[in-house]
Amino acid sequence: MLGLDKKNSALLLIVIALTVFAPFLMNPFPQSSGLAQFNAGYPDLMQRFVIFGIFAIGFNILFGLTGYLSFGHAAFLGVGSYAAVWMFKLLSMNIVPAIVLSVIVAGLFSLLIGFISLRRSGIYFSILTLAFAQMSFALAYSVLTPLTNGETGLQVYNDDPQILLGNGPTVTHLFGFEMNSTSTLALGDWAFQFNMGYYVSAVMMVLAFYLSMRIFNSPFGLMLRAIKTNQTRLNYTGVSTRPYTLAAFVISGMYAGLAGGLMASMDPLAGAERMQWTASGEVVLMVILGGAGTLIGPILGAGFIKYFENIFSKINENVLHGWFAALPDGLENAIVWVLHFFVGKGWHLTLGLLFMLIVIFLPGGLVEGGQRIGRLFKRKKSGDDASNTKPAE
Amino acid sequence: MNILEVKGVSKRFGGLQALGDVNLNVQKNTVHAIIGPNGAGKSTLLNCFVGKLIPDSGSVMFDGQSVLGKKPHQINQMGISRVFQTPEIFTDLTVMENMMIPCLAHRDGAFEMNAMVSLAGQKDIQEKAEEALADMGMADKRHMEASAMSRGDKRRLEIAMCLAQEPRLLLLDEPTAGMARADTNNTIDLLKQIKETHDITIAIIEHDMHVVFSLSERITVLAQGTPLVEDTPDNIKGHPKVREAYLGEAQV
Amino acid sequence: MDAILLQVLNGLDKGSAYALIALGLTLIFGTLGVVNFAHGALFMIGAFCAVTLQKILNLSSITIDPTQTDFLGNPLKVKTPYVINWFGEVAGSAIINWSVPLAILVAIPVMLAVGYVMERGLIKHFYKRPHADQILVTFGLAIVLQEIIKANYGANPIPTPAPDAFHGSYDFGVMIGFEANAIIYPVWRLIYFCFSALVIGAVFAFLRFTTFGMVVRAGMADRETVGLLGINIDKRFTIMFGIAAAVAGLAGVMYTPINSPNYHMGMDFLVLSFVVVVVGGMGSLPGAVLAGFLLGVLESFASMNAVKGFFEAIYLPSIDQIVIYLVAIIVLLTRPRGLLGRKGVMEE
Repeated sequence: MLGLDKKNSALLLIVIALTVFAPFLMNPFPQSSGLAQFNAGYPDLMQRFVIFGIFAIGFNILFGLTGYLSFGHAAFLGVGSYAAVWMFKLLSMNIVPAIVLSVIVAGLFSLLIGFISLRRSGIYFSILTLAFAQMSFALAYSVLTPLTNGETGLQVYNDDPQILLGNGPTVTHLFGFEMNSTSTLALGDWAFQFNMGYYVSAVMMVLAFYLSMRIFNSPFGLMLRAIKTNQTRLNYTGVSTRPYTLAAFVISGMYAGLAGGLMASMDPLAGAERMQWTASGEVVLMVILGGAGTLIGPILGAGFIKYFENIFSKINENVLHGWFAALPDGLENAIVWVLHFFVGKGWHLTLGLLFMLIVIFLPGGLVEGGQRIGRLFKRKKSGDDASNTKPAE
Repeated sequence: MNILEVKGVSKRFGGLQALGDVNLNVQKNTVHAIIGPNGAGKSTLLNCFVGKLIPDSGSVMFDGQSVLGKKPHQINQMGISRVFQTPEIFTDLTVMENMMIPCLAHRDGAFEMNAMVSLAGQKDIQEKAEEALADMGMADKRHMEASAMSRGDKRRLEIAMCLAQEPRLLLLDEPTAGMARADTNNTIDLLKQIKETHDITIAIIEHDMHVVFSLSERITVLAQGTPLVEDTPDNIKGHPKVREAYLGEAQV
Repeated sequence: MDAILLQVLNGLDKGSAYALIALGLTLIFGTLGVVNFAHGALFMIGAFCAVTLQKILNLSSITIDPTQTDFLGNPLKVKTPYVINWFGEVAGSAIINWSVPLAILVAIPVMLAVGYVMERGLIKHFYKRPHADQILVTFGLAIVLQEIIKANYGANPIPTPAPDAFHGSYDFGVMIGFEANAIIYPVWRLIYFCFSALVIGAVFAFLRFTTFGMVVRAGMADRETVGLLGINIDKRFTIMFGIAAAVAGLAGVMYTPINSPNYHMGMDFLVLSFVVVVVGGMGSLPGAVLAGFLLGVLESFASMNAVKGFFEAIYLPSIDQIVIYLVAIIVLLTRPRGLLGRKGVMEE
């Protein structure tokens, strides 16, 4: 199907099904139940799932395939956001020109940064991209204030030119379909929300995923993987590695720009904090957590991190006390005291620990974890078979 | 006719004169061995051929074109392939994928942005790679991860990968170093067979005299960065200077 | 002339901090081959050693003074730090006043221990792993350390003053023949610079003149060979890591009066210290120090009003924020190995 083999076609169909039915899947708990706080079927959260999914899929093309660890990809996302908001300010609230420009600008910006950073590899490369990201942050935060509106962040004002606005909507829209329009389907105690912005982003993510599959299975993708395992051999096989890594860098930069453009399309704001290197670290974590170099890993990782970020940040001490109320007071207080470091504002501590644990124990991420469990079952099964057949011999 | 002409090549590392005024000609379609005691500058010389090092002075011409100042991948595209002392292959990829990379590089050149094409759909590449694997007797190992192969198999895969590019000059850097006798003999047979079936020149750096004398048609003896003598194997065997160089090494 | 000299002086204190952190980074990188993203966190932990000591010294006993009342008419509660109870008014308040320099004594063992635990407990297991994994695990560790500090000390900067004796500024200009008030420089910053110079000198002397240092330097140049000689290089590298941690920690302790420490100071300094290391030349200790001071001074020049004004005129305000990065890019484009980098370090 569409130039994919059977296995990948199936994977694509699964991803499509998951994104289409996400409003149901993310909302499994009835609203009146205590578990409703674990629901994730809200428009803005679901938008974040797919937008960061795009970001992570793109990052994976660079890091997962070539092994070049960039610590500066948030800069491309930020640049994409700024470009999109400028389109809203100058043209109209239609997201098409905004997204197109954000991808182009991010592509050009990543071409520039990649061209310089890729002169070195390994650690040097990581540090260079990190320095560039911090520089971009400083540029956006203060130096280029006329373009970025500095600390305040860039947003759309009433007196902006918006030359194509006419009588069109004043909120972001796709040819009249407004991004923030949500229809709710009430089914008993459930309320499922279907948001235009989510579905637009989801379509983009599926498209991004499909493209990454094509790249993975192309001769180009094979060359990128070869770069990761042995650059020396590749050079002595007549292949120039620089253009390949640069192409991968720019592609992943454009993915980041797309994510940034979509982010601004959902909420027409752009701020410098999106470009900080901790934001770059976050996408690295998503890809590692899901499984670098795997197709589905980045989407899993992005969903996992964004989901737990949302849930963990919401939990505070009162919620914890509610959970452990059944326990004796002393024990309850002790448990709550320990846990409160990890939830609410302590989410970053959990994130850091998660980061370390994944890198230490599960470098292949969730996908590898799943495979390990799968193998465990298989082995058990085949082990049973073996013990069954042996006496017969 | 000479396929490789080396004239007056010198290379210094700080205070060490690694190569001093090396002149060397490799004739087309021969097997030419470069031997010499440790530290004679054999590997340095080889690195000057492939673009890893640039000599301080002198010229290296391959088929009438200078290779100096060119990058390794450019020199490779000119028709020089190199086999390393420890096999350099793509350990994380399967044997088949390893084989396809040189086929792609041979067809598409140093860079080709074919990101939207299916690898499985590249029939010519697939066929060529499978054929090359079959020639090496490795067809059954094509889905194996390359890191899981034995050292001998890795060496054979590396040679097969080099041959898939249809090079005019194949450089081998101690291809049998650290090999058991049986593997060494297999490699000798393989190289002999390659010599017979391909239109190719082979230049080999080797320590093992058994390998050198069973393969080569010309031998250059290098000592302390300069060629002592260049001759046929029979003449080299009894040459007093060569004996001296090697005996000198033995005394150390 | 005096304005230029003043900017040089102004750049020295930040430059000292960059140099000290970069020195430790390079030392760890050169010996262990690991890029330590948690190195900024060590700088921060050092600073919080000073904060903690200040807190401990200010722990007070509360007594009720029946002779006095507070504004509500209740008997006045008097807080007296225990140190004053124990050592008397004069010695006690002197100890409290000198908490930052005293923190050096605390920080050295603490940082050595932290470094030791970090290396043995975590980083040791990553020598054979890809560089990306090393970066990622130390990055995770940096987040964890920073969040632990945040959970315990809050997010706001904590003022940690220098001893009274070092408050205020000193008129340097007079000393070297300028007019009065031409070059006035805070005393503590000068002390910070001298202290850094002392630490840097000590580290270099240690590497240069002790057998331990010679082995470590040899190990930096060629690890395998030194290992083959039967020298237990790993153990020495652990100690080296501890020393690098201590250097970063001391830089942090002494920096507290200049900038009140907060939980993200480590990350802020880390990125710039990386730039310093890269500009100086990966694996070059003198390069790290040189680049540290150079970039510190450069940053200070960029923040001069005249320079800033010029760039503001061409619509580029706050040029001082990015000047280091710009210079780093130019250096790397023209000298890819950095100012004093050696060939072969981190290539291929």
